[in-house]
Amino acid sequence: MISEEQVRHVANLARLGLTAEEVKKMSGQLGAILESIEKIGELDLSDVPPTSNPLNLTNVFRPDEPRGELSPEEALSTAPETADNQFAVPRID
Amino acid sequence: MAGLLELTAYELAQKIRSREVSAQEAAEAANERVEAVEPEVKAFITTTPELTLARAAEVDARNGNLKPWDGVPLAVKDVLSTRGVRTTCGSRILENFEPLYDASALVNFGENLVMVGKANMDEFAMGSSTENSAYGPTRNPWDLSRVPGGSSGGSAAAVAAGEGWWALGTDTGGSVRQPAALCGIVGLKPTYGRVSRHGLVAFASSLDQVGPMTRDVRDAALLLQAVAGHDPHDSTSANVEVPDYLSELEGGVSGLRIGLVGEMMGEGIDPGVREVVERIAGELEEAGASVGEAHLPHQEYALPAYYIIAPAEVSSNLARFDGVRYGLRVPAEGVHEMYRRTREEGFGDEAKRRIMLGTYALSTGYYEAYYGQAQKVRTKIIEDFRSAFSQFDLLLSPTAPTVAFEVGAKVDDPLAMYYQDVCSIPANLAGIPAISVPGGLSEGLPVGVQLMGDHFTEPLILRAARAVEEVSGFEYEMKP
Repeated sequence: MISEEQVRHVANLARLGLTAEEVKKMSGQLGAILESIEKIGELDLSDVPPTSNPLNLTNVFRPDEPRGELSPEEALSTAPETADNQFAVPRID
Repeated sequence: MAGLLELTAYELAQKIRSREVSAQEAAEAANERVEAVEPEVKAFITTTPELTLARAAEVDARNGNLKPWDGVPLAVKDVLSTRGVRTTCGSRILENFEPLYDASALVNFGENLVMVGKANMDEFAMGSSTENSAYGPTRNPWDLSRVPGGSSGGSAAAVAAGEGWWALGTDTGGSVRQPAALCGIVGLKPTYGRVSRHGLVAFASSLDQVGPMTRDVRDAALLLQAVAGHDPHDSTSANVEVPDYLSELEGGVSGLRIGLVGEMMGEGIDPGVREVVERIAGELEEAGASVGEAHLPHQEYALPAYYIIAPAEVSSNLARFDGVRYGLRVPAEGVHEMYRRTREEGFGDEAKRRIMLGTYALSTGYYEAYYGQAQKVRTKIIEDFRSAFSQFDLLLSPTAPTVAFEVGAKVDDPLAMYYQDVCSIPANLAGIPAISVPGGLSEGLPVGVQLMGDHFTEPLILRAARAVEEVSGFEYEMKP
């Protein structure tokens, strides 16, 4: 189980608003899902290296050269709000 | 031009290339078919009939040689960015989002790609039924009361219904293969990195791959040929030469060692599904393959590991939807309240569940026990495959544990829904290619069989899938 308080804490970390009803539902559902995935804890894998990329690619670089990319106007064209050629947001609290 | 709809994509492409049929005739046939069946099937979030015709006209006007796939109308899953055509990812949060560039997979296909529309999907590709779309569920063309599978359910239904000749989907845990299986078509998840993901809106970056969904195996080979290749814009794309996927298709299975995966044939798999897979195994043996039982000892840990890794990566990838640069913004006094409200209103239930699950699994005190441990399980699963591929050339299994289920049957039970991907997830964890090809029917509905191969063995799995097609007797039939 995961408590409703834990649900609210995690929702806050994720900047995700949840209604009281969603908090309640989430507590039950996440609890059931977590219970089913905790199975992996059975395995002793202390000597096993983790896999983050299945092809074992690491640190792929390309030359840092400017290319014809989006203009500021284009880049801002999808934004909900802009000001002074920048993305505008409400007061930072 | 009803006759055109009977052709495979490959056959149509040849006629377009020889100018026997114009791309515009094909586009018109596709548009007419969409108009006729879309009210029932609902495969698309956005259809683009004018763009379809305009692009087709440009193909017809082009001088010189056409590529072997040019002009054949394609359905594109709504998670691949299309310049100037809204790309919603099945989410309210991107309802009016028009990308500024095309996904590289589409650019690889070539100029004047004739697109039928943007296909429906589970929100941000999370789901196995397409019921998690903010734009309503897609119906299975074989039985309109059932789901088409997911998350690429719109793409699968479009191909099964003849709304375009082929489609692109994406596969993170089975999202190309499972809907292909449920809709009676072919779905291929290529090797991780084989197709560029630049312009693909990210779900779980260590797993996602773009794949073809087609009427038959030859069409899948042709569409993979069109989209595969290295892309400097995607640092995870593989710098490995693209072979000719069509040349070995008819090679047959004689002499191939095929392992039937024991752990994917037991409890939890419908008897009717098992029967089809066993029958195909027997027929492949008759066709000259040697078939034995293979084992993936850590199979039971694949699904739990996936449901840590994928949500963890989701919680990070979906952090970008914050109402600042694109998509929905719900106004509020302060920036944090704006984030919370935007995401509350913009995301659906499953997206919220996975963000929560992933954030929890990555939070202080839990990281090692969940994400760290799951990444180690992933190593064990890769070792299992390595060991299996030392004995077998290919592995055979069901694609999905059931046939298509009724709309609504699993929406309130996330764990039952997650189980749909029990046979498909291991290939994503290991980054190997896997294909679903129709093997026959159970309860009058299509059953997919899955073939998995080692990294970059797409020519081999396509060749074996072609043999399955031959022995199964299953032929593509346009529905409904």
